[in-house]
Amino acid sequence: MSSETRAPWPLKLASAAGLAFLLVPLLIIFVYAFTTEERSFVWPPPGLTLKWFAVAWGRTDLWSALTLSVQVASISTLIALILGTLCAAAVSQTQFFGRETISLLVILPIALPGIITGMALRSAFSIADIPFSFWTIVLGHATFCVVVVYNNAVARFRRTSGSLIEASMDLGADGFQTFRHVILPNIGTALLAGGMLAFALSFDEVIVTTFTAGQQQTLPLWMLEELIRPRQRPVTNVVAMVVVLVTTLPMLLAFYLTRDGDQIAGSGK
Amino acid sequence: MIVLDTGAILPRRGGIFGALSDAFWRHPKLLVFLMLTPPVLWFGIIYLGSLLALLLQSFYSLDEFSGLVVPEFTLSTYAQLFRPSNFDIIVRTVLMAAAVTLASGIVAFPIAYMAARYAKGKWKALFYLGVMLPLWSSYLVKVYAWKLILAKEGILNWVFESLRLTPLLDAFLSIPVIGGNSLSVSYTGTFLVFLYIWLPYMILPTQAALERVPVNLIDASGDLGATPFQTFWHVIFPLALPGLVAGSIFTFSLTLGDYIIPNIVGSSRQIIGQAVYAQQGSAGNIPLAAAFTVVPIVIMGLYLWMAKRLGAFDAL
Repeated sequence: MSSETRAPWPLKLASAAGLAFLLVPLLIIFVYAFTTEERSFVWPPPGLTLKWFAVAWGRTDLWSALTLSVQVASISTLIALILGTLCAAAVSQTQFFGRETISLLVILPIALPGIITGMALRSAFSIADIPFSFWTIVLGHATFCVVVVYNNAVARFRRTSGSLIEASMDLGADGFQTFRHVILPNIGTALLAGGMLAFALSFDEVIVTTFTAGQQQTLPLWMLEELIRPRQRPVTNVVAMVVVLVTTLPMLLAFYLTRDGDQIAGSGK
Repeated sequence: MIVLDTGAILPRRGGIFGALSDAFWRHPKLLVFLMLTPPVLWFGIIYLGSLLALLLQSFYSLDEFSGLVVPEFTLSTYAQLFRPSNFDIIVRTVLMAAAVTLASGIVAFPIAYMAARYAKGKWKALFYLGVMLPLWSSYLVKVYAWKLILAKEGILNWVFESLRLTPLLDAFLSIPVIGGNSLSVSYTGTFLVFLYIWLPYMILPTQAALERVPVNLIDASGDLGATPFQTFWHVIFPLALPGLVAGSIFTFSLTLGDYIIPNIVGSSRQIIGQAVYAQQGSAGNIPLAAAFTVVPIVIMGLYLWMAKRLGAFDAL
């Protein structure tokens, strides 16, 4: 029997402090979105207002950045879903010699620092004389998004028992029917979770994007510009709050979709 | 009534899908091969190809007069890395990465330990979300939040002022290397933001490793007369070490390759990421930028090799 089930108080204190350290900065963003102060980061806010939401709404540069981000993230997620699922299916089906290598290859773009992926793509574009475009951004994003889909799908394939597939085949379904009616329903939520995480990952990416985007501005690039050369700080505050909401909601949803059983592949971000 | 008139072996299916399906069943390797082809091509051409291009560029050099890249093999670009000003950048980055890794291990451990061993039900979910929300919130927004916290008129200064501890903060900021005009333009600020942003990457693998420590091992240790501290030091910690090492791979590698955080919260002395960005951008010196990028790859290669020997990959 487990001898102790109550945590000692220093541990409680340290972990509570740690959790506060993790969560408080996010809450602060929510307060600043309503501040009346325009020029500096004064704390506590001198007053609260909703006016900046309207100002942010009217900014066209913001809307075009948002549109570009959504487009890039959608296409990258689609590519990542296809490549990640194929890879996961192949790896979990058989024991072939290159298994480890494939896993490593998929994880590498995200395990290595962003500047390496970014600078590598930048060098390749420079050597091959490829001009920066929408597609150069997608190329980079899709490459590092595969891993989250792959992780989720592999975990689910591991839990899906092979006997289900064999039973389906024994009962006369061909491979495609088995895929459509047995495999897909089984891995569906894992793919949905992986896809949402991939979307969030792409939507938020800034380091690789700075190396692969020309004149285009995704939302993170817009934000970066505002952080380095602020034009209207309150608008940045509002955008920051909205971005926190938009990026954490898919995460919460993914949490509910996969909460029983396997973990979502957050560690692979 | 169903009459079983077929033998044990069914006839082949008709149609192209049927034939394909049969072929895959007979030759499972064919299916695996077909499934692997697109991802392997993608990663082989785009990713590995780019890495090769990076390596290639790092052996080129920049003509100092024309400002054009000379596509001829040379080691002179790598030699430039050892100039004092560039070498300082590398040393500084590695020191920062080591400090961030060590600190995140210390901060992450209690959280991971609590979440793995004591938190149940609702509390477990709270710990999970407490780690995942910051992990998945926008990277730039998190940096921005810290800009708000560390700025001269920001929250931290306000806290110190309210507690009448401003002299303490000023004394700290006057320390030569880690201090500065305000926290948001000092190494300490950079360090804090790195710590905050990479912390979840340390917590998750550590927690995963701790969750796999069998409870009966801990009980056995207690039954055999070990004090809780001895149990921790001789049983729990060694088993959690692969998780900590796995987490340190992330914190170390991410710090080596970041340039945004020190750009926004930090002093004017560059780290590797900033050097890469500056060289490829305004300076137009892609070869030197590429050579700088090879440095974290080499450092991480060594680091991963050591981590593998410690068994860190089983905890990922």
